[in-house]
Amino acid sequence: MKDIRLILILSGICGLSGLAGLFVDGFPVAALRAGDETAWLLLTELRLPRIALGFLVGAALGLSGAALQGYFRNPLADPGVVGVSASAGLGAVAALYFGLVSLSALVLPVMAIAGAALGGTALLLIAGRGATATSLILSGVAVGALANALVALAMNFSPNPWALSEIAYWLMGSLRNTSWTEVRIALPLIAAGAAILLTTARDLHSLTIGEDGARALGVNLRGLQIRLIAGTALAVGAAVAVAGAIGFVGLVVPHLIRPLVHHEPARLLLPSALGGGALLMTADAATRLVSGDGVPLYLGVMTAILGVPFFFHLIRQTGRLAP
Amino acid sequence: MTARFELDQIDCRYGERTAFQTRHLAIASGELTAIVGPNGAGKSTLVKTLAGLITPVQGEVRLDGVALHRFADRERARRIAYLPADSRLAWPLIAVRVVELGRYPFLKPLHGFTDEDGEYLDDAIQRAGATGLTARRFDELSSGEKARILLARALATNAGTLLLDEPGAALDPRHQLAVMKVLQAEARRGVCTVFAGHSLELVSRFADRVLVMDQGRIVADGPPREALSPPILSDVFGLDAPKGITPPDWAMG
Repeated sequence: MKDIRLILILSGICGLSGLAGLFVDGFPVAALRAGDETAWLLLTELRLPRIALGFLVGAALGLSGAALQGYFRNPLADPGVVGVSASAGLGAVAALYFGLVSLSALVLPVMAIAGAALGGTALLLIAGRGATATSLILSGVAVGALANALVALAMNFSPNPWALSEIAYWLMGSLRNTSWTEVRIALPLIAAGAAILLTTARDLHSLTIGEDGARALGVNLRGLQIRLIAGTALAVGAAVAVAGAIGFVGLVVPHLIRPLVHHEPARLLLPSALGGGALLMTADAATRLVSGDGVPLYLGVMTAILGVPFFFHLIRQTGRLAP
Repeated sequence: MTARFELDQIDCRYGERTAFQTRHLAIASGELTAIVGPNGAGKSTLVKTLAGLITPVQGEVRLDGVALHRFADRERARRIAYLPADSRLAWPLIAVRVVELGRYPFLKPLHGFTDEDGEYLDDAIQRAGATGLTARRFDELSSGEKARILLARALATNAGTLLLDEPGAALDPRHQLAVMKVLQAEARRGVCTVFAGHSLELVSRFADRVLVMDQGRIVADGPPREALSPPILSDVFGLDAPKGITPPDWAMG
C-alpha cells in the first residue's frame, strides 16, 4: 500500500468528523455515565446511525466521483453527469407522488435504487456498444435531463401543497430521522458498488494515455463502462435512496485529494471514499449546528453552498491548465 | 523471414468512406517497416488495424497465423505494443508511472510488479534513452523527453511487435534521429517494427521496407529506393524530385 499514511490520516479525519457529529449540538455525557436510558438511546438509535449513514453516503459519492473523473479524464465529472443521481431521485419522487411511502418505509429507498438501476441501464443502452467517453457523457446528460423533467412533472401535478413540499424537501437531501434501517439498506449496496468501482483502478490508470492506448494495453472499454455504471448505480443509487440528492461531494473530494496522490486515478479511489465520508459527516454536523429549532437546514443545500464557490475556482483552474 | 502479420482482402471503413483497403499484405518480423503517405492516406488506419483497434468490415488480419480478433484483449496486448499518435496525457503523472503502463498487460489481479517487470522497465527506460527523466512530472518534460518516456512505455511490454503512429512528430532532428535509432535496434533484435511517419529522409535512411499509401491504398511497397521513386513522389506527394530522396548522413553530435 503506497498511500498508507494518507489513508490513516483521512481515517483520522473521519474519526474527528464522526465525533463532531456526536457532540455538535450538545450530548449528555454525564447522563450517559450515570446510566440514563434516554441518553443511551440518543447515542445508539439517533446519533450513531446518523453518523454511520453520513460516512456511507459520503464515501459512495466520493468514490463514484473519483472513478467517473478517472474514466471521463475530466475533473468536472461527478455522479450527477451520468444521470444516476437524477434517476434515483426520480424513483424516490415517484414513491412520494403516488403515496407509496405509506405502505412501508422500505418503498422509497427500493424505488430510488430501482430508478438508479433503470437510469444506468438506459444510459448503457443509449450510449451503445463502442461508445466513447464523450457519447457516454452525452447520454448521461440526456438521461439526467429526462429524469429531472419527470421529477418536475410530478411536482407540477402534485395534488396539494403538502405533497409538493414533501417532494421538494426530500430532494434537498438530509440525514434527519436516520435509523439503523437506512444503514442496513445502504450498507450492502454501497459496499457492493464500492467493490465494483475499486476493480476499475488499473483500467482508469491505463486510460490516462487515451482510449486507443488503453485498448492496446488490453483494457476492455465496454466492460469498464458496465462496471463503472453498475458500481455508480449501486453506490449512488443507495446513497440517494437514504439521504436524498446531495451534490458536489463527488465533484469536490476527488479534486481535493488528487494532488496528494500525484494525480494518479487509480490511487485516488480509496482516499476519495474516505474524504467523501469525512466531508459529509462534517457537513451534516454543520447543518445541525446552524439549524435553529423548527428551521432545519438541508444537507444537500449545505454541500451545494460549500461546493459552488469551489466549483467556480475549479472551472477557472481548469481553463488555465486544460491540455 | 517469417511473416508476423498477414492481411487478406481487408476493407476498413469509417461510415461509408473506405479508409484502408488491401488485397494482401504480409509484414515480417525483424524488419523496420515504414508507412508513409500524405495526410488522410490511411496510415493511422493501417497501424490501428494491425494493432487490433479497428476491426475491418471485411477480411482478416492474422498475427503469427492466428486471426487477431481471436486473441483475448490482454493476450493481444502482450504481443503487440502500440504507441498512439496523440502523446497527451489526461493527468500530469510522474513519468515512471507512464512507463509502467507497458507492463500492465502482465499484471495479475491484486499483485504488484514483479522483479521481472522491474527488469523490463529498467531495460526499456535505458533503451529509450529516458534514464534520468523518470522521476519528473510528464507535463513538465519537453516534447523530446515526452517521446522518450512514451517510447520506453511501448518498449517495456517487450512485445514481439511494435507499432508506432508518428513517433517522431513534433520532434527536432536530433530527437527524431534518436527515435529512429531505437526503432532500428528493435527491428535488429527481431521485433516486427512498423511505424507511420512523415520524414521521407529518415524513412529512406532507416527503413528496410516502405509502404507508400494514397487514398486508402498501398501504391508502392519495397526498399526505400524503389518505393520512394520519382514517379511515386510526384504522384502521391506532389513533389518534384528527379533524383529521388537522398538519405541524410548527419549523425548525433
